[in-house]
Amino acid sequence: MGVGGRSWSLVSVASHSPRLGGVIDQDVLERVLGGALATGADFAEVYAEDKRSTSAALDDGRVEQVTSGRDRGAGIRVVAGDTTGFAYTSDLGEHGLSQAAAAAAAAARGGGGGVRTIALTGSPAHRPNTVEIDPDDVAKARKVELLRRMDDAARSYGGQVVQVSAGYGDSRKRVLVANTEGVLADDDVVRTLLRVSVVADGDTGMQTGYQTMGHTIGFEVFDAVDVEELAREAARQAITKLGARPSPSGAMPVVIARGTGGVLFHEACGHGLEADHIQKGASVYAGRVGERVANPLVTLVDDGTMPGEWGTLGIDDEGRPTQRNVLIEDGVLTDYMWDYLRARKEGRPQSGNGRRQSYQHLPMVRMTNTFVLDGPDDPADIVSSTPKGVYVAKLGGGSVNTASGDFVFGMTEAYLIENGEITEPLRDGNLIGNGPKVLNDIDMLGNDFAMGSPGTCGKDGQGVPVGDGQPTLRVKSLTVGGTAA
Amino acid sequence: MTDLQGIADRVIERAQPGEQIEAFVMRGGETEVRVYEGAVEHFVSAQSEGVGIRVVREGRTGFAYAGTLEEAAIAEVLAEARDNLQFGTVDEWAALADPDGVAVTEQSLWNDELADYPTDDKIDLAKQLEKLAAGSDPRVRVDESDYADAWAESAVSTTTGIRQSGRENGCYVSVSTLADEGSGDDAETQTGFGFSVGRSPHDFDLDKAATDAVERATRLLGATQPPSKRVTVVLDPFVTAQFLGVVSATLNGEAVVKGRSLFRDRLGEQVAAGCVTLVDDPTNPLAYTATDVDGEGLAARRNVLIEGGRLQRFVHNSYSARRAGTASTGNATRGGFAGTPGVGCLALSLVPGERDQQALIADVDDGLLVQSMQGLHSGVNPISGDFSTGAAGLLIAGGEQGAPVREITIASTLQRMLQDVVEVGSDIDWLPMRAAGMSLVIADVMMSGR
Repeated sequence: MGVGGRSWSLVSVASHSPRLGGVIDQDVLERVLGGALATGADFAEVYAEDKRSTSAALDDGRVEQVTSGRDRGAGIRVVAGDTTGFAYTSDLGEHGLSQAAAAAAAAARGGGGGVRTIALTGSPAHRPNTVEIDPDDVAKARKVELLRRMDDAARSYGGQVVQVSAGYGDSRKRVLVANTEGVLADDDVVRTLLRVSVVADGDTGMQTGYQTMGHTIGFEVFDAVDVEELAREAARQAITKLGARPSPSGAMPVVIARGTGGVLFHEACGHGLEADHIQKGASVYAGRVGERVANPLVTLVDDGTMPGEWGTLGIDDEGRPTQRNVLIEDGVLTDYMWDYLRARKEGRPQSGNGRRQSYQHLPMVRMTNTFVLDGPDDPADIVSSTPKGVYVAKLGGGSVNTASGDFVFGMTEAYLIENGEITEPLRDGNLIGNGPKVLNDIDMLGNDFAMGSPGTCGKDGQGVPVGDGQPTLRVKSLTVGGTAA
Repeated sequence: MTDLQGIADRVIERAQPGEQIEAFVMRGGETEVRVYEGAVEHFVSAQSEGVGIRVVREGRTGFAYAGTLEEAAIAEVLAEARDNLQFGTVDEWAALADPDGVAVTEQSLWNDELADYPTDDKIDLAKQLEKLAAGSDPRVRVDESDYADAWAESAVSTTTGIRQSGRENGCYVSVSTLADEGSGDDAETQTGFGFSVGRSPHDFDLDKAATDAVERATRLLGATQPPSKRVTVVLDPFVTAQFLGVVSATLNGEAVVKGRSLFRDRLGEQVAAGCVTLVDDPTNPLAYTATDVDGEGLAARRNVLIEGGRLQRFVHNSYSARRAGTASTGNATRGGFAGTPGVGCLALSLVPGERDQQALIADVDDGLLVQSMQGLHSGVNPISGDFSTGAAGLLIAGGEQGAPVREITIASTLQRMLQDVVEVGSDIDWLPMRAAGMSLVIADVMMSGR
């Protein structure tokens, strides 16, 4: 960002009204927020971000392009009663901010008010992640080199590999949030991401394999991650599926490998536990706190503080420090996830789940890292005690209708289970289930917890990074959407 | 507008010998109103702008962008793009598009009426729509009722001689509904949606949007999970549009030249039933995504991709075309200033058939009317062709619509589904998507349930 050093953590020294990382002065923030209440609104907020990103893509054996990006701006939210006005600007000067504030305030007309005086108090920085090597300090050539290594490893894995595409991405996003309740908080989030997808060709056509890894830590992550292994794993998947048979069709037991099925919980209940859906009566879980909603084996947690994970943040995008929230404990629904607006309506604390894609978006209730804790079972027993079913080694994405509870998720590497053993590979397909029913139908839960791959969760047109995880588990009945009888 | 072209021109004037430069400059704005229970829940009004610069030199490409049009930032973006270039692999086909002499089809993509439409009227539209959808059936609640509009102006200049600029705007309203039935353990909620699009708010059909949303939610009430079987499916127009979106991935010239299209070696062959003629035509003003130029500034044009079931053509931008030894079909896509042009269909449609949905259903003995698909991004693999999605809809028995069903999947392969098309409906619907929809009958699809 050029000016003001590497962090916005200067903000905690509020008394000298310092420049916030060289971006917005505290007295400017106070004036903008005060002015935003002029039309009678009862809450105003400035969310500013400055993000730099680098990405590189290799495809068809060529490094096609290295891209640098700069996204910088502020979103201003003004709330009057149940109405929210929102505007954004890429001009972080006082003029740009004041104009956006006026536009947002005009949209959220209250009963008439007058400018209020706002005093911000900086909170101490909350930084769950440690970054040793800022990716901005790493030569682009080293980033591109990671792609070549993946390409080489995937292609040399087997002669059936006909195409490889690989991507690298890093970003550093500095965030500042200030609001009329006096909140002044900042964050500095570094992300590092690799993805590789492989196409293999055989007698029955082409098949694909995909692997990805992503963390909220610096470039040092590549000292710990076996980049070649990631690529070989994608190649192995694609080649394995060349021999795959059509998936079965209909309801049957499904075993899901550890660290891949978090998306099941994300869809089966995660979205349904977001307070915005709850307050509109658009979730099958509305009004059910204190009730048993899952098999007693299941304890579900959303935790934005796990060091290095993809959904980890210091503060959420409303300036609230992230925290660990237990949503389901031993099968009983304990709480929903909350953002500012929904918590305010209920007169209760926020849970650190107010998130947005960028300064151009309104915050809403979102997950961070969502996972199920270990259960009692030996993972080997879970397979061996399943006479016939499907073993899912890798899941793809999913989606849910929170109101009906019906959700789907894709399997991108799966096998038949026959007589308690994993046998033949299966072609890709979707599985479908109903959230509350599936949570009750989880009848075995392993003791081998692992976090899964980085994900992007889409809701109302906004994508945010999320993590998930779970031990190996069995659902006693899920509908498998194959073509074989 | 001229000022955007001026900004783009000033960037490419800085090209050094041996260097090709493309500057894409854009400015846009949006309004979104969401109404809930008669009051504005949120109102978003904002503008943004930015520049993306691509530099090609000696077969290497570099790119950078920034979300601002400040002079100093633009200079920095150009320097970054040049710096990035050195890390790319030399690619003999890397180059910017050259002007190809194809005339631009003039279109009226800008509507002054919309540009001047008062804010209060926008809010009223969303309120009216909510009222219409909530008022017609006691089982129905409205989850959200939205009005949205957007405008954009952009300019692209290249050292190869392309200079294009333009502006467009558009708007839509949408409503999503919840229908409740039963209580206690039998309580059930289903969802529906409806929308209407236009170049101007006067084009909206609020009644149709509300009726669609109410019908979609209520007709699924009481849905159960049926046993698995092979059926003939009738896809609703909205579902067909989603299906065409998946098919278009296999006709993408970039996928073809990189060996990722399952149709890569099949030009001229019969890949679909004889009733299938698939056209990409962004010059059709009825298409929501109609445009005059593509993402590289070449004229958008009508391309027949499949004719009478025979594969005629893939879509290309200038890069994929060069590699394939052909010419760009004017199908460069661009998602904004933050990325380089890709390849894709711009405004797809099947050539409609003769009969409406009711007539199509009357011919189906044992089938499924598919109202919605879920999980197109997770259970469909356009490279292998495996197709499996969640679905909800109504059973068809003896030519009549029957009981609602849910928690099912429909599965086949893209290759087979195209061959198994029985008939294309006449009920073309221009949706706010890259493809238009109409009812589509496909035989021999596996429906998985209990």
